[in-house]
Amino acid sequence: METLAHVAALLLFSPLLLGVIQRTKAIAAGRRGASVWQPYFDLGKLTRKEVALSQTTTWIFVVAPAIVVATAVLAGLLVPLGSFATPISFAGDFVFFTYLFALGRFFTAAAALDTGSPFEGMGAAREVGFAWLTEPAVFFAFLALCRLSGSLRLSQMLRATEGGLWLEHTAPLLLTAAGLFIVLLTECSRIPVDDPNTHLELTMIHEVMVLDHSGPLLALVEYGAALKLFILEAMLLHVMAPTAEVGGWPGFALFLFGLSGIAVGIGIVESVMARLRLLHVPTLLIAAILSCGFAFLLLNR
Amino acid sequence: MTELLGASGQLAALYLLVGAASLLAASGVPGLLLDRRSLWGERLATLLTVIAGVAGLVGAFALLAATGSATLELPSPFPEQRTVLGGDALSGWFAVPVFLVGALGSIYSGAYWSARRHPRNGRRLRLCYGLLLASLIFILLARDGASFLMAWEVMALTNFFLVTIEENDLAVRRAGWVYLLYSHVTILGLFAFFVLQHRLSGELGFQRIPLQATSTAGAVLFLLALMAFGIKAGVMPLHSWLPSAHASAPSHVSAVMSGVVIKMGIYGLVRTTGLFGDLPLAWGVTVLALGAVGAFFGVVFALGQHDLKRLLAYHSIENIGIILLGLGLAMVGRSLGRPDWVLLGMAGCLLHVWNHALFKSLLFFGAGSVVHSTGSRDLEQLGGLARRMPATAMFFLIGAIAICGLPPFNGFVSELLVYLGLARAAVAPGAAWAALAAPVLAATGALAVACFVKVVGVVFLGTPRSAAATAAHESPLPMLVPMAVLATGCALLGVAPGLVAPALERAAAVWAGAPLAGQSLAELAPLGWVSAGALALVALAGVLLAVVLPVCRRGRVRQPALPTWDCGFAASSPRLQYTASSFAELITSRFAWALRPHERLPGIDRVFPASASFDSHVEDTVLDRILAPRVERARQVAARIRAYQQGDLQKYVLYIVGAIVALLLFNFRLGGLVTELYGR
Amino acid sequence: MSSLLSSLVAGLLLINLVALGTSRIGTVVRAVALQGVVLGILAVAAHGEVSNRVVALAVASILLKGWLIPVILFRALRQVAIKREVEPSLGLLPSLLLGALATVLAVAASSRLPLAETRLAPLLVPASFATVAAGFILITTRRKAISQVLGFLLLENGIFIFGLLLVEAMPFLVEVGVLLDLFVGIFVLSIIIHHINREFASQDTRRLSLLKE
Repeated sequence: METLAHVAALLLFSPLLLGVIQRTKAIAAGRRGASVWQPYFDLGKLTRKEVALSQTTTWIFVVAPAIVVATAVLAGLLVPLGSFATPISFAGDFVFFTYLFALGRFFTAAAALDTGSPFEGMGAAREVGFAWLTEPAVFFAFLALCRLSGSLRLSQMLRATEGGLWLEHTAPLLLTAAGLFIVLLTECSRIPVDDPNTHLELTMIHEVMVLDHSGPLLALVEYGAALKLFILEAMLLHVMAPTAEVGGWPGFALFLFGLSGIAVGIGIVESVMARLRLLHVPTLLIAAILSCGFAFLLLNR
Repeated sequence: MTELLGASGQLAALYLLVGAASLLAASGVPGLLLDRRSLWGERLATLLTVIAGVAGLVGAFALLAATGSATLELPSPFPEQRTVLGGDALSGWFAVPVFLVGALGSIYSGAYWSARRHPRNGRRLRLCYGLLLASLIFILLARDGASFLMAWEVMALTNFFLVTIEENDLAVRRAGWVYLLYSHVTILGLFAFFVLQHRLSGELGFQRIPLQATSTAGAVLFLLALMAFGIKAGVMPLHSWLPSAHASAPSHVSAVMSGVVIKMGIYGLVRTTGLFGDLPLAWGVTVLALGAVGAFFGVVFALGQHDLKRLLAYHSIENIGIILLGLGLAMVGRSLGRPDWVLLGMAGCLLHVWNHALFKSLLFFGAGSVVHSTGSRDLEQLGGLARRMPATAMFFLIGAIAICGLPPFNGFVSELLVYLGLARAAVAPGAAWAALAAPVLAATGALAVACFVKVVGVVFLGTPRSAAATAAHESPLPMLVPMAVLATGCALLGVAPGLVAPALERAAAVWAGAPLAGQSLAELAPLGWVSAGALALVALAGVLLAVVLPVCRRGRVRQPALPTWDCGFAASSPRLQYTASSFAELITSRFAWALRPHERLPGIDRVFPASASFDSHVEDTVLDRILAPRVERARQVAARIRAYQQGDLQKYVLYIVGAIVALLLFNFRLGGLVTELYGR
Repeated sequence: MSSLLSSLVAGLLLINLVALGTSRIGTVVRAVALQGVVLGILAVAAHGEVSNRVVALAVASILLKGWLIPVILFRALRQVAIKREVEPSLGLLPSLLLGALATVLAVAASSRLPLAETRLAPLLVPASFATVAAGFILITTRRKAISQVLGFLLLENGIFIFGLLLVEAMPFLVEVGVLLDLFVGIFVLSIIIHHINREFASQDTRRLSLLKE
């Protein structure tokens, strides 16, 4: 039953977070904005449209969105929601988690180069050019959580904040949360790293990589992005707050509410800040690495 | 650990391996007796190699199925010495890739380096190839110093001849000389190592070293082994011979070199570190640090290359770094008394040896196909090959995903084992510094993804950038079959790694000196979950594809000739695509301090400039910026000393006389001589 | 007997100085030949007992060094038609003085050598060293190839003298070895002279340095 709720939340709740972010940004800009359910309608519309494939593309272009979604779903089954047990959990699954997303990135970038267009190539170059900085940050965060929880399972690592541990180790956890937040902004292509609403291809990272996808393929890509946002927010929420304290179904509902809260926070950050110059993004990411690394250091004193 | 094979079975396996190695050595010989254009010489060589490969694989697997070791004593050409050959699980483990990649390479060369098109050097190639493989096996089986050194020297020399097979090319010759220089340093180091070991233990061979490893002699032994075997394996900063040598050799030889020959350096390191009774912590930390640096900078240098085979060679350096991470972790575990780290580290190290042999050979075969069909190794001249060579593209992609360590292929499993060991170190009190290697490994993995997206995207995807690429054709069957076999191997090890777990444990136990008490790989590493995860991934992707593919097929049928969206720019051309250098520029610009690219900037100085070009080239920093200037300076100093060599015979005799007189005077002590004179 | 020995040794030393002091190559050849004859007599005198083998070897040595080798050298001289050493690197008088100095030093040095043989040593060792030094001076300072051959001959003579000390320990080996060595050396050197002459149209060994890379 809990597994079903986990899967249902993962699959059905994730586009809502995109809608919350959009709504928050609209309200912050003084508009009414589209409804929070808009992404669902967008996905439905895209699914019904036809596919237009360029003659340059090969089967990789078609396969990539499917792999992105498949890896995201599998990764989502590894992250605990609320205090429920995860459907899949084994020692070292945090490595599997990270490398699943890396597989998705590989195929997205390859599909971008498949189109033979310089815009997609540029997006792919930037995407992989920042990924090598986010991975160490994530691993430092994981190592810190391993140390804290004494376990190698992602579900137990993320629950390390339960008990009095959150109060005892507030500083390292806050540093880890800051680093993970920067990683989330990068991976989900949010301001200040990337502007998801711009129409200028030369300034895009993620959006331009998927410029040539259409119809159901684009729907899969957008859905994959939503899943990624959901999963990374879940990880962040676990680190930020002792989520396992409140158990059972109320805890689950509270967790989902917390995810929406983080989405609102992302919307506010996007509204308040401007996009960083591309040259300064590595500096931000190195700050994330240092933040998580320092957290690991503090836990080893 | 269960034992599946008794002592007599092991001895039989050893005989089988010796026989297979001898057959490999002889495989090139019949071709010498036949005409140089004859296909029969080539076919006979391939047949013998394949037979030897199959027999050798049987023998090697038999060795892996048993604990303990079998030895064989033979008469030796040296007085008072016996040639001792021995087989145990560790030798068997390293022998499997030799036979597999060797046999597949031989099949590949039938189409890639066929006798018809290469009459001048085809026979030499096949002879040296067989000798190389045979020498590798004898290195693995040698248990005494003399036969080890002889086999090592045969390997080094045949490798040199294979690297310089296209001797008309200046770059190839240069690569050969650099390789030979480094080889000589290696063999000198090995001589010193064995001599020192002989003095310490009285035995010339791989015997347990009966001294405290903390003593100076032990440290010297370790450093000698690290230097000599490190050069062979391609450990940074001793790696400079590797990129040019692997790029200059024919592709199937590069596959054998990258996949198997450099592993002999790893084998030597593993054996040597296993000989010491106790290992100081500093040694394990050194190996860990070298592994991390080599892995990271190997892939950074790979990103800067636009020669396909040089890029793959730098990735070999990266993967050797990952193997060393596993070895270093095992050494640290042995120093600190943590058998779980030992097992995880050693298992990761050994499994990555197999995995790298599989996917690197696959990638080199793919590169060979590309070179065979387009005639170019330069990434900037290729493109769009996936439409013209679909099978090669598919296999190369599998190799690329495997080398990045992504599920569901085999690279992920060995990296997972190393990560598990490092994470355990993070959890353990007091040894958390070992876990710093994990983020470095993660960054390396992400950079590898960047590099291989670049390679796959620029070579196989997009539109062709040159006429040669447009005219490419699919490779013939003898070149596709080895790639298919290797790709299947990658998939098999990725989906079912539990199959090799018992053999891994036995091989690791050989290193640790005793079966690791109470630890089994099944408990420490969730290999079953990895299999399940890989299969789940494939299943999920398959389900989604089943939904999406019909829609896409309808789309292609309805509109077959759509161009890519180019923002309204009507004159799209292949030159507009991202090049390999521009793709990697975001990362290589950050590492310009290490890469030091040679750039030729276009001189644009007027409003309507003439056509100009930009050129960027990354050489090996250690060789070109550090070693070569020092060698040049040494040559200048030596040139000044050369003034004393005037070619005048009389001056030479004068030097001799002067030396003799000086020695006499020194002996007689001039003062005494003077008193003697005055005394008379 | 000892007076015969000492006078023979004195004669050897004088011949050294003659070889160093003259510029006529013919004189040097005759001096070296004479030295070879004296050495043969010295070999017999040093042994004490006169057995067949010793006499045979002495006769062979006298024939070789006193007759055969000078014949070969004179023929070579006629072929290349030179009579004098032209401008040696070290002048004649300085070479002479250097040779004399070497003799004195040889006398002084020989007493300090730890040699087992004590009867003949005080005489023969200085002679040997002095002759070797004279040979070296000829080799290093004379320009013509023939002079270097002669220097080599002197060198061999000096070594032969030293070898006489070992005569009781290794009689056969020393003598035959030295003779063989000498014969082969002359043979090779004459071939080389012929080739040098043909190649450079000159006997000046300074031209050999053109062969340097």
